[in-house]
Amino acid sequence: MARHSSTAAPPEGTAVVETRAATKVYRLDGGVEVRALDGVDLAVATGDSLAIMGPSGSGKSTLLSLLGGLDRPTSGQVLFAGRDVADLSDDELASVRNRTVGFVFQSFQLLPRTSAVANVGLPLTYRGLGRAERRRRAVQALEAVGLGHRLEHRPSQLSGGEQQRVAIARALVTEPGMLLADEPTGNLDSRSGDEVLGLLVRLHDERQVAVVVVTHDQGVAAHLGRVVVVHDGRLDGGER
Amino acid sequence: MRPLEAARVAWDALRANKLRSALTMLGVVIGVMSVVLLVAIGSGARQEVTSGVESLGSNILFVAPGNLSVASAPAVSRLTLEDARKIGDAVGDPSRVAVTVQSGEIARVGARRMTVNLNGCNENVPRVFDRPVERGTFLEATDIDVRRRVVVLGAAPAETLFPDRDPIGKFVQLGGVRFRVIGVMERAGSTLGVSQDDVVYIPVTAAQRLLGVGRIDAIAVRAASPDDIGIEQELVRRTVTAAHPEQEYQVLTQDEILGVLGDILSVLTAVLASIAGISLVVGGVGVMNIMLVSVSERTREIGLRKAVGARTRDVLRQFLLEAVALTVTGGLVGILLGVVTAALVERLSPLPAVITWWSIALAFGVSVGVGVFFGVWPARKAARMQPVAALRYE
Repeated sequence: MARHSSTAAPPEGTAVVETRAATKVYRLDGGVEVRALDGVDLAVATGDSLAIMGPSGSGKSTLLSLLGGLDRPTSGQVLFAGRDVADLSDDELASVRNRTVGFVFQSFQLLPRTSAVANVGLPLTYRGLGRAERRRRAVQALEAVGLGHRLEHRPSQLSGGEQQRVAIARALVTEPGMLLADEPTGNLDSRSGDEVLGLLVRLHDERQVAVVVVTHDQGVAAHLGRVVVVHDGRLDGGER
Repeated sequence: MRPLEAARVAWDALRANKLRSALTMLGVVIGVMSVVLLVAIGSGARQEVTSGVESLGSNILFVAPGNLSVASAPAVSRLTLEDARKIGDAVGDPSRVAVTVQSGEIARVGARRMTVNLNGCNENVPRVFDRPVERGTFLEATDIDVRRRVVVLGAAPAETLFPDRDPIGKFVQLGGVRFRVIGVMERAGSTLGVSQDDVVYIPVTAAQRLLGVGRIDAIAVRAASPDDIGIEQELVRRTVTAAHPEQEYQVLTQDEILGVLGDILSVLTAVLASIAGISLVVGGVGVMNIMLVSVSERTREIGLRKAVGARTRDVLRQFLLEAVALTVTGGLVGILLGVVTAALVERLSPLPAVITWWSIALAFGVSVGVGVFFGVWPARKAARMQPVAALRYE
């Protein structure tokens, strides 16, 4: 159900993030070089909806790291709103992550022993927002994912699907231009997975936030506007 | 992240591992407690010595052989009564000059016996040292001149040797010689746990014969007024140097004696505090160890924080604050325990202990310092983690 199909490349300058010939080479302990990503051109436009597919080891997680500003390319460019990460300091890149990207991880990555509302408010602490304001926005975000009744619960007191929805609320709370989800349903049963996926699609529809999902699940990819396939570090063929 | 916010995060992290945090703090607690306690004892000793010396009177010059300093051994005096007479002439008033020759002796009255500090002196002791006689009279000039066998008792021997009768007119045996009691001194109290009342005064001439010596141990001069101390110190020094060119003598004011004793006690206090400081270092290493464990345990948390926007310095500050929170909390507990222990020592043991504000401030400052010093390395390790690798860490 590709409701937001758009095969056209987004126009220049409007991309939330764009890679140009992005290449990532890892040097292993033995001195062996592994070319995880090899000259990838990909743009994520405002309001885009994109699945990145590929077998494990294909480089899709590396691509996600570059798109999320978690890492820098060995060569080529990664641009956030037109700014090359090569020109950004580590602190500036941290700020880009904070303002532009909302991460959703396969393993949720919630802080244990910390309430849902505090987990969701975490990114806002790095904006210097006060406690009351953080809480207000975190409550809003939790309500948006349907967890307004679970504010003070800790991750261990929540189901897997609920934990992932808390993580989505955390990604959402900064009002980023793009949600970046790495196998968001990978640790969930199919029903919870469908809920989480439905939530991502709904957020995309309602908020015009770009959604990028890394998955190896064709069923998941089918919910998203377009699909790119990574193979041996390259984008494989055309997009759908 | 706001500083207050960062402090709260650090505190929450410590509370999440209460037992571990408490055990880690223990090293710092013990170290800080030892520093506070030992400095308190050192300060207490200084205060007692100071009040002890001050109780001698502030206008007094002391003449003693040798070079009174931290590293010198006491020298044998070659002072004589003739020197005391010359000094009396030099300052223009012989009644302001007191002499002493001292020895530990056993005083006996019938079956009662007591070890006393036998003090052979002249008639000027009450005036020079401001020690009043309670009953009877003190020694007189003629007692010294004719080597009369009379004795004035301190408060302690008066009570011990004559528990139920007036000692005046009775006899006391000192070194096998009978002395007639002519007076009893007022109670003087004690300095550093040493009673100042265990003394008996006899004429210096009689003491010299009893002990078989011709010397006197020391001479004390009470200056005419505080303003005259400097001048009289110089007069006395010249007189003594002229009489004994072959030996070095010190003519010291009370302030100078306090200075020398203060130096000795400062060194002692510093040594004690340094030994206690070693345990602080050990505590600091414990903090560093546990912080390294904590950083590696929380690798994924660090990765996540970086992913959602934590800068290098945010992470550095978070872990540094945790280390400092550990040592500061340990330090505060240590200070509390140190103060309590010092109070118990003061109350239950003969050791004096006085808590000084500077020692508490020092202990607190050192706690913070230990946290920063031993926390920086683990915190840098955390701050330098690459977010991608940290997030994947299993």
